[in-house]
Amino acid sequence: MARSVTTQRKTINTTIAWIIGLLIFFPILWTILTSFKTEAQAINDPPLFLFFDWTTENYATVMERSNYARFLWNSIVIAGGSTLLGIIIAVPAAWSMAFVPSKRTKDILLWMLSTKMLPAVGVLYPIYLLCIRLGVLDNRVALVIILMLINLPIIVWMLYTYFREIPGEILEAARMDGATLKEEILYVLTPMAIPGIASTLLLNFILAWNEAFWTLNLTAAQAAPLTAFIASYSSPEGLFYAKLSAASTMAIAPILILGWFSQKQLVRGLTFGAVK
Amino acid sequence: MGQIELKQVTKSFGDVQVIPPLDLTIKDGEFTVFVGPSGCGKSTLLRLIAGLEDITTGHIEIDGQDATDVVPARRGLAMVFQSYALYPHMTVRKNIAFPLKMAKMDQAEIDRRVDAAAQVLNLADYIDRRPGQLSGGQRQRVAIGRAIVREPAAFLFDEPLSNLDAALRVGMRMEISELHKKLATTMIYVTHDQVEAMTMADKIVVLQAGVIEQVGSPLELYRTPRNTFVAGFIGSPKMNLITGEEAAKHDAHTIGIRPEHIDVVESEGTWQGTVGVAEHLGSDTFFHIHNTGLADTLTVRAIGDISLTHGDTIHLSPRADEIHRFDAAGLRIG
Repeated sequence: MARSVTTQRKTINTTIAWIIGLLIFFPILWTILTSFKTEAQAINDPPLFLFFDWTTENYATVMERSNYARFLWNSIVIAGGSTLLGIIIAVPAAWSMAFVPSKRTKDILLWMLSTKMLPAVGVLYPIYLLCIRLGVLDNRVALVIILMLINLPIIVWMLYTYFREIPGEILEAARMDGATLKEEILYVLTPMAIPGIASTLLLNFILAWNEAFWTLNLTAAQAAPLTAFIASYSSPEGLFYAKLSAASTMAIAPILILGWFSQKQLVRGLTFGAVK
Repeated sequence: MGQIELKQVTKSFGDVQVIPPLDLTIKDGEFTVFVGPSGCGKSTLLRLIAGLEDITTGHIEIDGQDATDVVPARRGLAMVFQSYALYPHMTVRKNIAFPLKMAKMDQAEIDRRVDAAAQVLNLADYIDRRPGQLSGGQRQRVAIGRAIVREPAAFLFDEPLSNLDAALRVGMRMEISELHKKLATTMIYVTHDQVEAMTMADKIVVLQAGVIEQVGSPLELYRTPRNTFVAGFIGSPKMNLITGEEAAKHDAHTIGIRPEHIDVVESEGTWQGTVGVAEHLGSDTFFHIHNTGLADTLTVRAIGDISLTHGDTIHLSPRADEIHRFDAAGLRIG
């Protein structure tokens, strides 16, 4: 029997959900609002909510002072490149763990995840030195590889979970039908795992896009993505809240829009397999 | 051609040997059914033949060629799975065409074969649908279609009908039998349902714990079961197995008599008992009889038009020439 929910209860639940939702969204909203204020209004006490002189001058200044397009392009290359490279490596890895597991598969999965528990700063020094030695400091390709390696455990885990949902018999059928391993992965497994792969791609693109620690530490001018673009507005000359907000808004806008349009896919992917 | 030979084949999972050394020959064009209770190793045996599991020791030969180390795709066998294992993202047409596409056949030939298979299996109306939009029976047909287009040396069926409802199962049973007559290709069919085994097979292989208990035609198994296991497994309802004094009268440790070989008589029968449950099917009546002094329950098949019910006393007369005799080890005597 379906659980009956009274109208009153529904109203309360909906209100609570909205409050929590708005609380989570508030910092982003505040950043966007601040980006349309003057520097004086931005630090006004009491804070101004909606009633101030809306201006776009911060955006103009930011565009004038920095090359937004270059940062944006770097972000796209680094986030996109590391995600794609990660998927290419993770699909076969997750395939073998999901369909031909060995005694150690569970251990390997846990070990991979454990690398995410290590504070990133713990390996900053060696990686920084390696980058200097190899002459790849402030290099997009190096960042693609580093971010790919950092997110690889998550990509493998997610794909492993989705692949486990696919009945082994279907892959066996493909094998009986004469498919080679490559054809089996390409024609049967991948199309069936599309929702899972798509949400893995999305989530890791977002993670890589927002990744600040490595991008800030390993870049200067050439390979700096949008995270560095935001950081450049919290400068020693003082904080310019309005301009910082404008830069932040511009940095998060692409990913926010991407997330908005793909939220259905994202939610479906993340809850994939929860209900048969 | 599709002769399959297993020579001293064994299979172990870790330390557990599920198939002790086993020899079996399946002749070209034969419809062979592997039957046995769950966990008897029949599906494992089929998967060994398919190449989906590696054999631990021994050899498998297909048409005289050693296929032990040949990958599944190169064995020239087609398999129909219990879950149908259709590709959910492909239409019926693409599902059936998949093995041909993998064989790099040219498109015109693929189309010709797919259309022919769709015709044979009555799938023409659904050819552009996806598996999710089909009923169980239709999915099963697609799975069979995918198998026949390859024109394989042999078909392997792994309990293909167990997900279908009873009525559909009878229909599909017929269709598969007719397909075998039409194609005359070797078929190996795994089932735990002895009715499927009896109705479809040229040859039945009865398995228990990975060991072949008996190989023979359905009627051979019915008439001369080699041991008490086969005697109890083949035939529905089950054969009555009686030990003790009554068996000793026949110089045996155990005697077996099928329910259809015991006659209900008016009075003065060889045996008598009380009717426990009477199942009136119309065409037949099955009596489960207690207090016979022979076994806990004795099953008897009688004519449909009989008025005895629960609690009535029943007189029985077994047909002497239909009594099977077994020794203490359960093996057939004579």
